[in-house]
Amino acid sequence: MTTLDSSKEIKKNDSEVSEHHEDFRMFGLITFLIADGMTFAGFFAAYLTYKAVNPLPDGAIYELELPIPTLNTILLLVSSATFHKAGKALLKNKNSDTQKWLIVTALLGITFLICQLFEYFNLPFGLTDNLFASTFYALTGFHGLHVTLGTLMILIISWQTRPKEGRITNQNMFPLEAVELYWHFVDGIWVILFIILYLL
Amino acid sequence: MTISIDSKDSNTNSLQPKGWLRYFSFSLDHKVIGIQYLVCGFLFYLIGGTLASAIRIELASPMSDFMPRDVYNQVLTLHGTIMIFLWIVPVVNGAFGNYLIPFYVGARDMAFPRLNAVAFWLIPPSGLMLVASYFVEGAAQAGWTAYPPLSITTPQSGQLIWIMSVLLLGGSSIFGGINFIATIIKLRRPGLKLMQLPMYCWAMLGTSLLVVLSTPVLAGTLILLSFDIVAHTGFFNPVLGGNVVVYQHLFWFYSHPAVYIMVLPAFGLVSEILPVHSRKPLFGYTTMVFSIMGIVVLGLVVWAHHMFTSGTPPWMRLFFTIATAFIAVPTGIKFFNWVATLWGGKISINSAMLFSCGFIINFVFGGITGVALAQVPFDIHVHDTYFVVAHFHYIVYGGTVFIIFSSIYHWFPKVTGKLMSEKLGILHFAITFIGFNLCFAPQHWLGLNGMPRRVAEYDPQFQFVNQISSIGALLMAISTIPFLINIFLSIKNGNDSGDNPWNALTPEWLTSSPPPVENWVGEAPLVEEPYGYGKPKS
Repeated sequence: MTTLDSSKEIKKNDSEVSEHHEDFRMFGLITFLIADGMTFAGFFAAYLTYKAVNPLPDGAIYELELPIPTLNTILLLVSSATFHKAGKALLKNKNSDTQKWLIVTALLGITFLICQLFEYFNLPFGLTDNLFASTFYALTGFHGLHVTLGTLMILIISWQTRPKEGRITNQNMFPLEAVELYWHFVDGIWVILFIILYLL
Repeated sequence: MTISIDSKDSNTNSLQPKGWLRYFSFSLDHKVIGIQYLVCGFLFYLIGGTLASAIRIELASPMSDFMPRDVYNQVLTLHGTIMIFLWIVPVVNGAFGNYLIPFYVGARDMAFPRLNAVAFWLIPPSGLMLVASYFVEGAAQAGWTAYPPLSITTPQSGQLIWIMSVLLLGGSSIFGGINFIATIIKLRRPGLKLMQLPMYCWAMLGTSLLVVLSTPVLAGTLILLSFDIVAHTGFFNPVLGGNVVVYQHLFWFYSHPAVYIMVLPAFGLVSEILPVHSRKPLFGYTTMVFSIMGIVVLGLVVWAHHMFTSGTPPWMRLFFTIATAFIAVPTGIKFFNWVATLWGGKISINSAMLFSCGFIINFVFGGITGVALAQVPFDIHVHDTYFVVAHFHYIVYGGTVFIIFSSIYHWFPKVTGKLMSEKLGILHFAITFIGFNLCFAPQHWLGLNGMPRRVAEYDPQFQFVNQISSIGALLMAISTIPFLINIFLSIKNGNDSGDNPWNALTPEWLTSSPPPVENWVGEAPLVEEPYGYGKPKS
């Protein structure tokens, strides 16, 4: 209870507090994303090693259909742009525009996830079929988890940017900037994943 | 919203419980969190030490008569995991880092106090979970390395709890690392330059970089391993076409840097302690900084020297041997600097100093066997023998744990305002030093003669040397008694230490002991020369 009370206390004085020192929350987030990126790096390294040294059993399929992942790449790249638009609108103090762009971004994220699930259901292999299948699901699944988390966060901040009552304004942009950075990061990882998993 | 480094925070703290109760609360005060880490870590040290004693009792005779073989495997797994993930890493990083770093950078708290508290409170539940797994179909049996296929074929529940627990501890470690990097880089008092920071800050910066870059890889690996166990995928299962060597690469990509995560902070702490007790400036500050960063960079590219018997190709062996041997250079620079710091100094022989000197002796020994182990032909000969056990314990016990004790003796007056008994402290050092060397020095011989590690039974010809080693372990167990008596007696009726009993110049001593809630009354002092001993006071 005490900590809850005190967090309110701090929130009230937010603008006052930030005058005392530089805001280093973004710095902390970047450090976290580097750590997160290293998890993906580990997965990619494992995948590439498997590809180089572990032959698949006869008849295993490792050529993937490209249309859905290509669509997904476009969806995510467009969603990065719409998120950027949302940030621009907030700078101009147009909260309702920001909210609209954020909801568009979230919808793009949801569409991505639906396409991903559609792809999963139409693949000719399952999680435990062979090494390639397992690695494929682990990599895309872990990325999908990131997209799910990001979409939820976008929905939350779009609620928080509602005009007048919302706590995200152009005086307090950090939550929006943080989720935006995270979203760009997830997009970037997808591009690498798309190249390594589908194109190589 | 985690900003709380200004006067408003005094409200936060006034709402927190006072007295000893605050150590059981979700406190945001970095000093409270530091002590939480230390005490929690020490309790796990006692558990891990009990397990170690059980191992040495078992090994006092060649047959497995003290406990069944599978229990022995569980005991050695829990001993390794607890000592590394619940004692050394949290204490040498979390405890001293949280307590000291905000003082050293002239701040009132860490950069992200709430994240800090979360990082600590992940530790007790995951530790208890790990210990409790013994009572659920038995704990993990695959050693702290959890190599598949062993970790896939041994009973699953224990292994899965082990994975969960290590994932949580890894998360705690990453949160801590992010916090230290942000605090050291971003929260320095205005006017304080990076090259004026006490050496422990540099050590923690390097360590935190290693934590942030390598721990996530371990997390990913363990997630894949748990898939292998639960969903029967074949990432690391050769039967299903998987590749065990990939696990080893990913595991050691974290676990070799983990050795530096355990040792670099100790390097930093000893660099704080030696100048104070020898009244001389730290020798070679700049070279110290560069050698820490050199160790960080090299530490990330030497992992495969753990895998010389895993069918590594010749080019890989060559590269990793050379890279490993290179680490001796920055490490050697640091040791020469410490010896040069002591040289001609006005040395006070007290418990903190004795443990630090014990560290230098033990670590040089462990370092030399380390260079030897980097050489492929020698490594293949002693791989998975007691030689490796001896080398490792010379590094982490003779090195890091000695420094943890040294630091406790050095900073106890800071935390409590009381002095510790020097007589008990010197007794503690004597028993620990003799016991430690008696326990682990003979194991070099055992390993060279081919006694394998991690096996409950051995060839009867090794019995005598094993019994010497077990007597050493008994002494190490006894050595905690004078230490604990010392701690409790000193807290209860130790002499007042005053604010700065060692006349130290580093910033944490420039406030009262114990320090006020926000560290300083008024502005934080600007300490441009944390090691300016032997100069006339201006």
